[in-house]
Amino acid sequence: MYNRILLAVDGSENSVRATKEAIKIGSSSPNCKFEVISVADFSKAKIEILHAQGKEELELKRREKLAPIEQILKQGNVSYKIKILHGEPGPTIIDYANKEKVELVIIGSRGLNSLQEMVLGSVSHKVVKRVHCPVLIVK
Amino acid sequence: MIDLILENTVLTIYVIVPEKEVGDQLIERLRKEWFFNVKGDVLAGIVVALALIPEAIAFSIIAGVDPMVGLYASFCIAVIIAFVGGRPGMISAATGAMALVMVPLVKEHGLNYLLAATILTGVIQALFGVLKIAKLMKFIPRAVMIGFVNSLAILIFMAQVPHFWGISTMTYIFVAITLLIVYVIPLFFKAIPAPLIAIVVLTSVVIYSGLDLSTVGDLGNITQTLPSFLIPDVPFNMETLQIIFPFSIALAIVGLLESLLTATIVDDMTGTESNKNREARGQGIANIINGFFGGMAGCAMIGQSVINVKSGGRGRLSTLVAGSFLMFLLLVLGDLVVQIPMPVLVGIMIMVSIGTFDWSSFTYIMRAPKADAAVMLVTVIIVVATHDLSKGVIAGVILSAIFFVSKISNIEVHQRLENNRTLFEVEGQLFFASVEGFVDAFDFSVSDKDIVIDFSSSHIWDDSAVGAIDKVVLKYRENNNLVKIKGLNSSSKKIVDKLAVYNDVNATISAH
Repeated sequence: MYNRILLAVDGSENSVRATKEAIKIGSSSPNCKFEVISVADFSKAKIEILHAQGKEELELKRREKLAPIEQILKQGNVSYKIKILHGEPGPTIIDYANKEKVELVIIGSRGLNSLQEMVLGSVSHKVVKRVHCPVLIVK
Repeated sequence: MIDLILENTVLTIYVIVPEKEVGDQLIERLRKEWFFNVKGDVLAGIVVALALIPEAIAFSIIAGVDPMVGLYASFCIAVIIAFVGGRPGMISAATGAMALVMVPLVKEHGLNYLLAATILTGVIQALFGVLKIAKLMKFIPRAVMIGFVNSLAILIFMAQVPHFWGISTMTYIFVAITLLIVYVIPLFFKAIPAPLIAIVVLTSVVIYSGLDLSTVGDLGNITQTLPSFLIPDVPFNMETLQIIFPFSIALAIVGLLESLLTATIVDDMTGTESNKNREARGQGIANIINGFFGGMAGCAMIGQSVINVKSGGRGRLSTLVAGSFLMFLLLVLGDLVVQIPMPVLVGIMIMVSIGTFDWSSFTYIMRAPKADAAVMLVTVIIVVATHDLSKGVIAGVILSAIFFVSKISNIEVHQRLENNRTLFEVEGQLFFASVEGFVDAFDFSVSDKDIVIDFSSSHIWDDSAVGAIDKVVLKYRENNNLVKIKGLNSSSKKIVDKLAVYNDVNATISAH
C-alpha cells in the first residue's frame, strides 16, 4: 500500500472529511506516514498580519485552525507530521508533492461557488492536473 | 521554506569561524543574501519595475511635484535599500503614504524644502534604527495599523477625485476602461503587470485617435537623465529647520510604520526572519542619499513587495533589479511617459486604493472589542480630517493606551467576615489610575475591629498605590481598628516596605 501520503488541508469541513478518508487508507499499511500540508495563502498574508498582534498569535491561529484535523489524526493512530508552507495553495501543494515524490495526494474539494471556481480555478482541480502521482479528492 | 531556514542557520554558524576564513565567509554571505535565487530575483525585479512606474508618477502628482521626483526617488531608494536594508526581497520606493504627508510642504515652500525634509527624514530614521526603535512597533496596536491602511486608502482615493470628477465623459470612460483592464486581465494573463498593459494600450489609443484628455505632461516634466548629486537650495538656518522638522518627523514615523508592517508581511510570506532595526537604519540611509539626488522621501510598499514575493523575488538582488530596471525603462521610454493620459493613472490609483483598504474592517468593527473598533475609527477620522497619517497614528496609539489603562485600572475589593475578623480581598492592579476606586471601596465608619487586607490577587505598581494603602490603613487606625496587610507578592512588598509609613505606629495622614 501507500507509504508516503500527502494530505493537503485548510481546516475546512471538506478537509476534515478528507482526513477521515485518509486514515481509512493509511491505517491499512503499518509503515504509512502522512505529510499534512497546510498552505498559508500569499494573498491573505496582508490581512492576517494586520489582524494579528504579533507573529506568535498568528502562528497559534494557524495551528488552531488545524486542531480538528490533528485530533482526528491522533485518534486514527497514524504517524504524521504537520507542515505549514507559504505560497499560493495550488502550486505550493503541487511543488511539494512532486519534489518530495509522495505516493498519493489526498485533498478535499474546496467549497467555492461556481463563479469563484470559474475565476480562480479550484485548488483540487489544479492539483489533479499537475501532480505526478494518484490524487484522491474527497467530497 | 525549510531550505531558507537551514540557510539562515548556516549563516549564523559562519559568523563564529576564525578570522582567516573571513573571505570565505564574505563570499558565502554574498551568495546567501544576493545570489541564491538569481533567476527568480531578476524576473520578479523586472515585474516590480514595470509596476512601479505608474505608481511613482501618480504619487509624484499627489505630492505636487514633477514625476521625475518620484521616479528618481523610486530608483535611488530601491537601489540603496538593496544594500543597506534589513529585509531582503522587500520593495521600497516613492509611496502614497509619504506623498500625502508632504503635500502642504510642497504647496507652501516648494521642491527644495521637500528635498531638505527628505534628508532630515533619513537622518531621523537612521537614528531610530541605531536607537533600536523597531522594538517600539509592538506598542502600536493592530487597531491603529488597520486604521492606518484604511485612511491611506481613503486619502489616495480622495487625491484622485479632482483628476476625474466633472471633467468630461471621456475621462470617466477611460477611468472605467482602465479599471476593467487592471481587474480582468490578471485573471487570464499574469506575466506583465496589468496596470502597465493599461498604460501602454490606452496611451497608444489616445495618441492615435487624438482624443482630448489631460496627460502627465500637463502636470510636470520628464527629463531623460540620471539623477545627479545636488544640495537642496534652501537657507541653512533655524527658520528652515522649523519649517521642515515637523514634516520630517511625520515622514519618519509614517515611513517606518509602513516599512516595518511590510517587513512583517514579507517575513510571513517567505517564512524567514528579518532585522527590523537594520531596516529602519537602511530606510534612513536610503532617504538621506535619495534627498541629495533629487528624490522625494519614500518607504517600503506593501503592494509592490507582495508582487515581488509572488513573482519569485526573495533576495536583495530583486530589489536592486527593480530599481535599476526602472531607471533603464525611464531612459528609454521617458518621452512616452509624458503622454500617459491622466484618467489611466487615476484608474490605476483607484485600484491601488481598493487594494490598500482592509475590506475585512467592516466585520472587524462588528466583532472586535468596542474599544478596538473605536481606536480604528478614530485613527481613520483624524487622518481624513487632518490629511496627516502621522497625526491619526499618534492619536490612535494614545487613545488605545488610555483604553488599556482604564481597562486594567478596574480594581475590586471583596469584603467578608472570618473568625471575627473583617477580611478584604483586593483583586486587580493597584496604580495611579486605580487608587481612587481602591480607597472608595472601603467603609471607614467602623471602629474597634480586627481588619485584614489581602493583596494576594493584586500587584502594587507605584507610589500612589503605596500612598493609597497608607491612607486606608491610617484611616482605619483612627477609629481604633487593628489593621493587618498580607499576601503582598515580593515586588509589591519591596515598594511598600520602601515607601509606606503605616508601619510607623505614630504616623498620621498628612494634611493635604
